[in-house]
Amino acid sequence: MSTGELVIDDLRAGIPGREILQGISLTVRSGEVHAVMGPNGSGKSTLAHVIMGRPGYEVLGGTVTLDGIDLLALPTWQRARAGLFLAMQHPIEVPGVPLVDALASARAAVPIDGSASSTPDIMGRLHDEANRIGLDQRLLDRPLNVDLSGGERKRNETVQLAVLRPRFALLDEIDSGLDVDALADVGRRVQDATDEWGLGVLAITHFHRLLDVLVPDVVHVLAGGKVVATGGPELARAVDRTGYAGYV
Amino acid sequence: MPTFAPDTAASLPGDAWLQARRTAAAEAFAASALPTEKDEVWRYSRIDRLDLDRFAPVATTPVVAENQGASTSERIHALADRLGPRSCLVVTINGVLATVSGEAASSTMTIGRLTDHPESSSLLGSVLATPTDFPLLNDAFAPDPVVIDVPEGVTLEAPIVIIHAVVGLGGSAVFPRTVVRAGAESGVGIIEVVVDADEGALVEQVLGGLAPAVPCERLVVPVTELDLGEAAVVDYVSVQALGAAAWQLAHQTSRLAARAKLSSYAVALGGAYARLRTDSALMGESASSRLRAAFIGRDDQMLDFRTLQDHCAPRTTSDLLFMGAVADTAHSVYSGLIRMQKGAVRSDARQTNHNLVLAEGAQADSVPNLDIEENDVQCSHGSTVGPVDEDQRYYLESRGIEPGRAEQLIVAGFFEAIAEQVPLAGVRPLIGAALAERSGVTRD
Repeated sequence: MSTGELVIDDLRAGIPGREILQGISLTVRSGEVHAVMGPNGSGKSTLAHVIMGRPGYEVLGGTVTLDGIDLLALPTWQRARAGLFLAMQHPIEVPGVPLVDALASARAAVPIDGSASSTPDIMGRLHDEANRIGLDQRLLDRPLNVDLSGGERKRNETVQLAVLRPRFALLDEIDSGLDVDALADVGRRVQDATDEWGLGVLAITHFHRLLDVLVPDVVHVLAGGKVVATGGPELARAVDRTGYAGYV
Repeated sequence: MPTFAPDTAASLPGDAWLQARRTAAAEAFAASALPTEKDEVWRYSRIDRLDLDRFAPVATTPVVAENQGASTSERIHALADRLGPRSCLVVTINGVLATVSGEAASSTMTIGRLTDHPESSSLLGSVLATPTDFPLLNDAFAPDPVVIDVPEGVTLEAPIVIIHAVVGLGGSAVFPRTVVRAGAESGVGIIEVVVDADEGALVEQVLGGLAPAVPCERLVVPVTELDLGEAAVVDYVSVQALGAAAWQLAHQTSRLAARAKLSSYAVALGGAYARLRTDSALMGESASSRLRAAFIGRDDQMLDFRTLQDHCAPRTTSDLLFMGAVADTAHSVYSGLIRMQKGAVRSDARQTNHNLVLAEGAQADSVPNLDIEENDVQCSHGSTVGPVDEDQRYYLESRGIEPGRAEQLIVAGFFEAIAEQVPLAGVRPLIGAALAERSGVTRD
C-alpha cells in the first residue's frame, strides 16, 4: 500500500496567449478520491493535461509534485514513471498498435514489484482486468482505441489503469459516454484500487452520478480557472441540485 | 553506338512480328527526347541524374549459369516459399523465362512464355497500347514476356507467383514484362516480385538479416499489363526488393471491363531511385479498383509513385491509399491524378496519401490532382506529410513509454495497419516482416 501525496500548488497555466488555470491548489493523498466539478470552460481538462504534460499547454507558475518530485520539470513519460496516470476524456487512436504491446512497453518501464513483467504476464493481467470491468476480450487485440465505441474506450482506459497500477490517477470525464452499467463497473474498479494499492484519484466530472459509485473524500468546484468551493460529498449533491450558477 | 539502339532491339530473338514491334519501339524511343524534371510528370524525380549510356540490355543469363546458378535458384525458391500458398510459380532471370511450375500450369489456363500463346501478338500491348518513354523501352527490349491467360469463368484458389530475378552484371538493363488477361467472371490472385537475387542482396537482408553485399548498379524497367474482363476479380500484389544501387522505372497498368474488380497492392522497399507508375482505367460500368501501396525509404533512396485513376464509364469506383515513411535522407514522391471523363456519371474516386517523415533530412512530396469533366461524380483526395503524430506519442508517453519506444510502436503500427490490407492473406506475414525490418523497428 503506497502512501504519498500529489500536491498542486498555485498552478497557473494555459495555452499561448490565454491563462486558463489561475492559481489552483489542492492535495490528493494516497487512497483518497477527490472530485473536480465545474461548468464547461472552467479549466477541468486543462488541469488534467497540464499535470500530465500534454504538448501545447504552458505552465505560467506554481508547482505540481508527486511525493516531492517536481512533475512539471519532467517529460510526460517520466511523470508516468513517477506514478501518474491520465485516463483521457478522448483516448487517442494509435493505428496498428495493440493494447498489449503498448502495455508491455509501459510495464517494462515501470515495474511495480521491482521486476519487469513479460508479455504473457501482461496478457494474463489484461484478461483478468478486462473480465472484471466487462470489456470484451476480443477488443484487447485491437489497435489502441481504433474502432472502439466511446464506452469501450473508457473501459479500456480503466483496464490500463488497473494493469499499470499508478500511484495517482487523473480521470478526465471517465464517465462521459458510459451507460449506467458501465459507469458502475468503471467507478467500482477505481474505488477498489484505492483500497487495493492506495490509489489516489483526481476525478474530473460534470455529473454527480459517477460519485455515487466512486465516493469522493473531497469535492472541489472549479470555475473560471480557480477552485471556488471545496467540501465533502454533500457539495457534489448540492451542485447537482442547483447547478454552478452560485459559484461562477 | 548508343546502347539502346534499334539494331540491338532488332537482334533479340523472337518471331518476326515481335522483332518488328521491338524495332518500331526502339526507333520511337530513339526519336523522342528523354524526359526531364521540367516535365510535369517527372517533377520531383531524379530522372536528370539517369545516364542511360551506363546501361546496356541483357537478354541472357550466362554468368548465372556458370557458378552461381544453383545458389541463385535456391534463393529464389526460398523466397517463393515465403510468399504463402501458390498454385504456380513463374521465374524469370534478367527478363528471360526460366521456370514455370505448379498445378495451374497444366490446367486450361495459359501460364508461361507469351510467344507460345496463339494470340501473343494481340495480347502484348493490349492494355498499354500507346507507351511512351520507359515503357516504350520495355516494348523494345523485353526479351521474353510472360503471359497469364485465365479463361472465362475459371477461378484459381491459390495465387500465381511470378518472380523476376535480376542477377549479376553491373550496368545491365533488365526488362521484365508480364501480360495478364483475366477472362469474364474469372478470379485470380497474382504476386509479382521484382528482386535482386544476388547473394547478400536486399531480398536476404529483408528476409534473413544478412549483411548487404556491394550493390550492383542496374536499370530495371518492368511493365505489367492487367486486362480484366467483365466481372473478373483480380488480386494483384507486387513487391519491389531491388538492390540499393538499382534504378527502377516500373509501369503497372490495368483496364477493367464492366463489374470487374481489381485489388492491387504495391510494396516498395529497395532501389536508389525506384519509380512506379500505376494506372487503372475503369472502362466498363460499375468496375472498381482498389489501389494500395506501402513504402519505406532509407539512406539516400528516392521512391517515386505516380498514379492515374481513370474513370471512363458510369458508376465506376476507385479507392487509392498509398502510405509510407522516409527515414535518413530518403525522399518519397506521390503524385496522382483522378480523371473523371465525360459520361462517368455517379462514379466515386478516393485518393489518399499518408507519409511519415522520420528524420529531419528526409522529405516527402505529395501532389494530388483532379481532372473532372463530369458533374454527377464524387471525388475526395487528401494527404498528410509529417513526423509521428504528436497526440499518438503523447498518449503512449502518458503510459510511461519513453519517446524513442513510443515512436517505434507508432511507426510499426503504421505499417501493421497497412500490411493488414494486403489482399492475398498468404503473403501478408512476409510483407509485414519486410516492412518492419526495413522500417528498422520491431515490437520486441
